Amino acid sequence: MTAVADGPVTAFEDNDLKPVGFGRMLRKEDPRLIRGRGRFVDDVQLNGMLHLAILRAPMAHARIVSIDTSAASAHPKVKLVVTGAMLAEQGMAWMPTLSNDVQAVLATDKVRFQGQEVAFVVAEDRYSARDALELIDVEYEMLAPVIDARTALDPSAPVIRDDLEGKTDNHCFDWQTGDAAATEAVFASADVVVSQDIVYPRVHPAPMETCGAVADYDAVEGKLTLWSTSQAPHAHRTLYAIVAGLPEHKIRVISPDIGGGFGNKVPIYPGYVHAIVGSLLTGKPVKWMEDRSENLTSTGFARDYIMRGEIAATKDGKILAIRTHVLADHGAFNGTATPVKFPAGFFGVFTGSYDIKAAFAKMTAVYTNKAPGGVAYACSFRITEAVYLVERIVDCLAQELAMDPVELRIKNFIRPEQFPYTSKTGWTYDSGNYERTLREALRIAGYDELRKEQVERRARGELMGIGVACFTEAVGAGPRKDMDILGLGMADGCELRIHPTGKAVVRLSVQSQGQGHETTFAQIVAEEIGIPPADIEVVHGDTDQTPFGLGTYGSRSTPVSGAAAALVARKVRDKARLIASGMLEVSVADLEWVKGSFHVKGDPTKSVTIADIAFRAYGAGDLPEGLEGGLEAQICYNPENLTYPNGAYICVVDVDPGTAQVTVRRFIAVDDCGTRINPMIIEGQVHGGLTDGVGMALMEIIAFDEMGNCLGGSLMDYLIPTALEVPDWETGFTVTPSPHHPIGAKGIGESATVGSPPAIVNAVIDALKPYGVRHADMPLTPSRVWDAMQGHPTPPI
Amino acid sequence: MTVNDAEVTREIEGRLLLVHFLRDHLGLTGTHWGCDTSNCGTCVVWMDGEPVKSCTVLAAMAGGHEVRTVEGLEQDGQLDPVQQGFMQCHGLQCGFCTPGMLMTARALLDRNPNPTEQEIREAISGQICRCTGYATIVRSVQWAAAEEAGTRTTIPAEGA
Repeated sequence: MTAVADGPVTAFEDNDLKPVGFGRMLRKEDPRLIRGRGRFVDDVQLNGMLHLAILRAPMAHARIVSIDTSAASAHPKVKLVVTGAMLAEQGMAWMPTLSNDVQAVLATDKVRFQGQEVAFVVAEDRYSARDALELIDVEYEMLAPVIDARTALDPSAPVIRDDLEGKTDNHCFDWQTGDAAATEAVFASADVVVSQDIVYPRVHPAPMETCGAVADYDAVEGKLTLWSTSQAPHAHRTLYAIVAGLPEHKIRVISPDIGGGFGNKVPIYPGYVHAIVGSLLTGKPVKWMEDRSENLTSTGFARDYIMRGEIAATKDGKILAIRTHVLADHGAFNGTATPVKFPAGFFGVFTGSYDIKAAFAKMTAVYTNKAPGGVAYACSFRITEAVYLVERIVDCLAQELAMDPVELRIKNFIRPEQFPYTSKTGWTYDSGNYERTLREALRIAGYDELRKEQVERRARGELMGIGVACFTEAVGAGPRKDMDILGLGMADGCELRIHPTGKAVVRLSVQSQGQGHETTFAQIVAEEIGIPPADIEVVHGDTDQTPFGLGTYGSRSTPVSGAAAALVARKVRDKARLIASGMLEVSVADLEWVKGSFHVKGDPTKSVTIADIAFRAYGAGDLPEGLEGGLEAQICYNPENLTYPNGAYICVVDVDPGTAQVTVRRFIAVDDCGTRINPMIIEGQVHGGLTDGVGMALMEIIAFDEMGNCLGGSLMDYLIPTALEVPDWETGFTVTPSPHHPIGAKGIGESATVGSPPAIVNAVIDALKPYGVRHADMPLTPSRVWDAMQGHPTPPI
Repeated sequence: MTVNDAEVTREIEGRLLLVHFLRDHLGLTGTHWGCDTSNCGTCVVWMDGEPVKSCTVLAAMAGGHEVRTVEGLEQDGQLDPVQQGFMQCHGLQCGFCTPGMLMTARALLDRNPNPTEQEIREAISGQICRCTGYATIVRSVQWAAAEEAGTRTTIPAEGA
């Protein structure tokens, strides 16, 4: 890894000796995980625990005529069979989605997508529960499905959501941003206008651990404990309280070790509710763990945007305006997990890293007979789609103008002195130095040499492509006044206690699915309070043990909870300073903080450590007048703005002219996420996102046939990159701190997922230049690349 | 069968998969279940020293054989070098695929103590990791190989 601006290299051998702060540090969660001693939801085993399995619809659209559960109920190991009709009697057949729509907990009237939940069985073991599903007899009356979003609003299209009163079409919502008239004026007088249809097909996060839950209702205490694969345990608890009518203090949601999330584990799925109902009705703990096909066919998908991008520019390459029209496929229920005022997520940042005169976006969202979801797979609330759109259309413009794509981008970047920069769609970018970041990527790549090599290879008939993408993300939701999930403001609590002996516990509202919070947050607190990270216990993922907060998604842990952790530590330090002044018998103004201790200015021999202060805070000695004992604090941090990490990515591909197989030969990723807490973890986050990008660009798609059968319902059909499809990543970084974040940090978790697909696609299109190809849609499988080479690239949906 | 050197005898259903036997009957939950089609490899254990996907082996078929799981990698309180390598080189994030990766990596090094990068990638190509992007897993295995050969002199680069 190379650096433009950072401190010295730290050897891992030094970690244990490093007293405090930022830098490479081995992860605190690893010792249990490499021994097989993690505790994932499916590892939870309770006495008398029963197992739940879900019967799912085999077709996309059908009316339920009858359900006969008698044979299943008679199975000797079955304890409970529940249908939608039974839930309806309790008023629990429907639940709200995170986008203020409703979703069936179990279907009552119709099934609206293949894989929808129709009934569930609770049995003594997981095999028997599955056996009993085979014994349930459902009679369906087939209905015509709506599969192609482009036909969803046809007057003749069957109405999917006839459960909604007065609903006569498949319209979900309209949304727009920017200034239509001003944009049209710029387009009308521009030298050059380029337009391109671009599809971002439906994909799936497919974390290695599928979704599941163990519900344990204690009828004596009246308390429900739910272990679940949740990225947002506090928000889930509140929603369970609202939906199920259980008192919130009698619900405990535990998200233990989570085997990857990527947004897939943000929504509340019917299966979680089934497990709760199962436990309430049987009085026993009930486990539900979905299989891979259930995960791929019924849980939160991502993307599914059909976009038209238009860009206007001068003939010498000054970008003037960008306009887009999007048709969004939301599936059968609008289950998008996004701040409620942002139905299209943060797609409004589609103007990217460029300083332009005008912009406008218009979106129509529709219902189709497909699984619900919409925002998942490390997308930072639809920024993945926005960045793909702008970075593809900018490359189309470069091709039109016969300009180098690097030169075109540098010419149009927002300049460092323009920050904070408010975009034409109203987003205030906090900081960045885009040209410096791109130049670092060019340096690592050896861009000029690559272009020379490309000329030589082309002369030999070889297809080598170089793709560039520069992205700006907007991560770390809230502030709470603008952003909420079903009325819950997007702010995060944090609590820090220094124990009498100087060790500490920090309690987070966010929860980790592999991001290494137990390490990173210990480092943040260590940096602020001067206690070694090893002496700081990080507690997370348990609503009974942690303060309220909105959870981990949209790369918000470091921007929001990271800030909370730093500020709560400063609050504790402020109190420690008061105690220290009493101990050293000097005024507060005469004290100097040197990491880990206060000493008297001008006399370093007179000092007290945090441990000394902590013991005094709980001890028998006097404290300064008016000061309470103890050394702890809590905070609820409401971010004043999002953070705007950015990066410059360069991809080198080779396309086999005979088979159209794409090989990613090199990938250079230079990221700027502001202050870097743990470079090792940051690099890991980037690597993972880049691999997602290869998957989406070249392999992954959730497609459907005309009857709505999911064609990506297993890992034999839904292709995820293995070690053989990805290169050895080359990463670098620049550091442009966020001015409003207490430690200058920005989110990093999703940057590479957002930034890499356009770099890869741009590289493939560049490779296909001899064929005159301007665009081809993902996934660029050999057959789809072959079609493009033959002059007829077709959209994947 | 023996599991991690201990004799195990149980009455089981004929259809019970080895992965579920290990997890639900023996409580060895380090071995994971991630797909239904033998693609993901989170369930890899050894049978007579050979890596197998335990979701594709009936528990009954393992009768009379020696099974080793991730819980059996650590010997006499000493972590296996591949376990150390994964910690040192950030070869894991969520940790869900890790037990399977560790078992495959150990088996690889037992046969090929000095594998090339390509050989490591091929060895783990039947397994999926959604977090790491594989490069750090490759480095982790290389770290272990160098550790065992006594040639580990370099430290991973910043962030590596």
